[in-house]
Amino acid sequence: MTELRHRGATDADPLSEDKGSESELRDGASDSDSKVDSGPPEVAVTSDDTPEVLNKALSGLSSRWRNWWVRGILTMAMISFFFFIIYMGPIVLMMIVLCVQIKCFQEIIHIGYSVYHSYHLPWFRSLSWYFLLCVNYFFYGETVTDCFFTLVQREEPLRILSKYHRFISFALYLTGFCMFVLSLVKKHYRLQFYMFGWTHVTLLIVVTQSHFIIHNLFEGMIWFIVPISCVICNDIMAYMFGFFFGRTPLIKLSPKKTWEGFIGGFFATVVFGILLSYVMAGYRYFVCPVEFNNDTNRFQVDCEPSELFQLTDYILPVFLQSFTGWTTVRLYPFQIHSVALSAFASIMGPFGGFFASGFKRAFKIKDFANTIPGHGGIMDRFDCQYLMATFVNVYIASFIRGPNPSKVIQQLLALRPDQQLYIFNSLKTHLTERGLLPALERAAA
Amino acid sequence: MTDLRRRGGGGDTDNSDNISDKEADGEDRLACPGEAESKDVAPPSENTPHCLNKALEGLPPRWKNYWIRGVLSLAMISGFFLIIYLGPITLILVVMTVQIKCFQEIITIGYRVYRSYELPWFRTLSWYFLVCVNYFFYGETLADYFGALVQREEPLQFLSRYHRFISFALYLAGFCMFVLSLVKKHYRLQFYMFAWTHVTLLIVVTQSHLVIQNLFEGMIWFIVPISIVICNDIMAYLFGFFFGRTPLIKLSPKKTWEGFIGGFFATVVFGFLLAYLLAQFQYFVCPVGYNSETYRFTVECEPSELFILQEYTLPAVVQNALGKETVQLYPFQIHSIFLSSFGSLIGPFGGFFASGFKRAFKIKDFADTIPGHGGIMDRFDCQYLMATFTHVYIGSFIRGPNPTKVLQQLLGLQPAQQLSIFNTLSSHLRERGMLPPAGL
Repeated sequence: MTELRHRGATDADPLSEDKGSESELRDGASDSDSKVDSGPPEVAVTSDDTPEVLNKALSGLSSRWRNWWVRGILTMAMISFFFFIIYMGPIVLMMIVLCVQIKCFQEIIHIGYSVYHSYHLPWFRSLSWYFLLCVNYFFYGETVTDCFFTLVQREEPLRILSKYHRFISFALYLTGFCMFVLSLVKKHYRLQFYMFGWTHVTLLIVVTQSHFIIHNLFEGMIWFIVPISCVICNDIMAYMFGFFFGRTPLIKLSPKKTWEGFIGGFFATVVFGILLSYVMAGYRYFVCPVEFNNDTNRFQVDCEPSELFQLTDYILPVFLQSFTGWTTVRLYPFQIHSVALSAFASIMGPFGGFFASGFKRAFKIKDFANTIPGHGGIMDRFDCQYLMATFVNVYIASFIRGPNPSKVIQQLLALRPDQQLYIFNSLKTHLTERGLLPALERAAA
Repeated sequence: MTDLRRRGGGGDTDNSDNISDKEADGEDRLACPGEAESKDVAPPSENTPHCLNKALEGLPPRWKNYWIRGVLSLAMISGFFLIIYLGPITLILVVMTVQIKCFQEIITIGYRVYRSYELPWFRTLSWYFLVCVNYFFYGETLADYFGALVQREEPLQFLSRYHRFISFALYLAGFCMFVLSLVKKHYRLQFYMFAWTHVTLLIVVTQSHLVIQNLFEGMIWFIVPISIVICNDIMAYLFGFFFGRTPLIKLSPKKTWEGFIGGFFATVVFGFLLAYLLAQFQYFVCPVGYNSETYRFTVECEPSELFILQEYTLPAVVQNALGKETVQLYPFQIHSIFLSSFGSLIGPFGGFFASGFKRAFKIKDFADTIPGHGGIMDRFDCQYLMATFTHVYIGSFIRGPNPTKVLQQLLGLQPAQQLSIFNTLSSHLRERGMLPPAGL
């Protein structure tokens, strides 16, 4: 999470800071370019962007408290919004994730433009958005093919798109690549290559991770909610602990972080994770994989909860037994996993924040944008989440989920008949060995 | 392919070219106030071996240049044949070596452009990321192909099961080291190098991985695309040399439309003939398999229908011209036409990209590993797009899912899921008439 910077308070502050940064921003990116430049466009000043109504209500307070109130109210607003979209269901969640991704991409690209004064390369804006579209098409195509398998097989154009999906995505990407090569202008080579690199790294970070978030979501909404909540909780708790007990600085990069906040936040987040997963694991709505019902053409979250989400008895270690007086405790296995997730969020999540802080210091910007009053841009809020999403995805793939049965069926049906027969026979042998198919052995064709 | 630039002969006078980022000059105020001059990328010095120099003493510089290039071209092509002869393991090792060398060349350029010498961590970190990403990719490939071997050995089984998690943990360690290594006045430099490393990894490592996957499909899928790109280079150059008149693109002034089109037709014909030649041998055509008992790679199989001669009815136009009604072709030859077309039409864009890159950073060559030709990257810049295209082509048009892999996944499922899939599959096969109806 980004540091708490005094925002909005006095207008003189941002302006003077910007004057200092102007010279740094004047990246003479391409040698002959700097002569052609008229004036370096500044990165948008993080001006006070709070709505009028809020300003009026808080006009009485001193500027520091006003700042706190703005942040507090916006935090509450964001959390309520989070609850609201969870209530709305998976489709809305997916669309929100998509919107967040597009906004983050736009924010980062905008910074790149400002740093490199690329405004007068009209092609590049189009190309960046085009690449975003291509990569999204590729990823969402793969996901959609998995989930909407039956629907896709039924509709003829969708089936062709799905069968040659990789080829089509590659062709689209190649078109963009060729357009880039054709758009190289004599005196702007370096600028253009920089922007190309910038776009690709941004795509790598933003798009792949939002794709992971959607994957996690399809595993079950709890895999989406708990990680995000853990990161948010860690932010808030680390801040509180740092505020009340903070003494030893943590890292030179973020001088306001303290060890006390870090460790306190860790323990608080683990406890929070355990409690939250206990609350959520009881509801099917959160626990079941999101599936698409082909008959009703709707998403449904209805299933038999897996063993992860069924209360099981755990025997406490001896010292805890004597301490609490219980011999066993009933937990969801998922709560054990949530400890791992919380631990990651508390320990590694901040590194994502440090990375973003370093990035902002490197490019002398205060915030990524000023979309959210008091908080900065969307990217500011989501910088810790990305590492978390990847971790959850890798965690699920490694420790929780085996191969996906519908995907296996898909592949089976795509094989040649003789290969299918071979697999059929192997599977039959395997199942009869396990004693699952005793009858068929006798009635074997 | 990069332009033919005069090499060696008159000596390079590029010292005045200042490739370092002008912005980095501005950063001097941030970074090291003491550092005055900017380092250029070392101009590719005369690097030909001494014996070659002696042998070609008598000739004028221009011819000497041609001879060096010619000799080295032949040397490289012979090397190519040799490693094909040596078999799949050697090929994989050579691909890995080429990848490492390309990565090193690009990173060195990045270092020089950003004068990052004084950031000791970063060299280590770049190599560390290379090792991580390679570990991830090769682990995924090996787990597929060496399935039986992996299941047998306990440590390998553990590594394979948690492969993604281990790779991610390794990458994260590198990421944290990067964050911890951020030094106050060098933030921007460090972020640039981080991005440079990642883009290089994206380009170089993923594509070399795709080359290896093509190789495992069958050596012909490795040899034919590479040969097509080489042939297109040479043919376009020859056609341009003899007939070249109209410039093709401002970026590479020596390319001509005549060379482009002539190269296209010549390459298609070449690909067609080469495919015919290679499709007859099992050594080239069969997927590379690993025999767990003998611990060796085997290339033996029943050739798939792609590599069995079939009769094609010629269109009426060609029938009149040739007087024959049908012609026997390998279906693979039809595919080779598509590969050749791509190599001739889109492949050059990879070369233009590399040319633009070199102009952007004011370097003549990526390095000077190969006398007369420049760095390894110079030779391989067109190959990368080709490798990806071949891989996507195989995935979309040739190969279905791998049956062994599907069986593996099946056996990894829960018994209840296996049962349901079994029932689905048996009803499916029954519908197709592959299984007699169940007599229950």
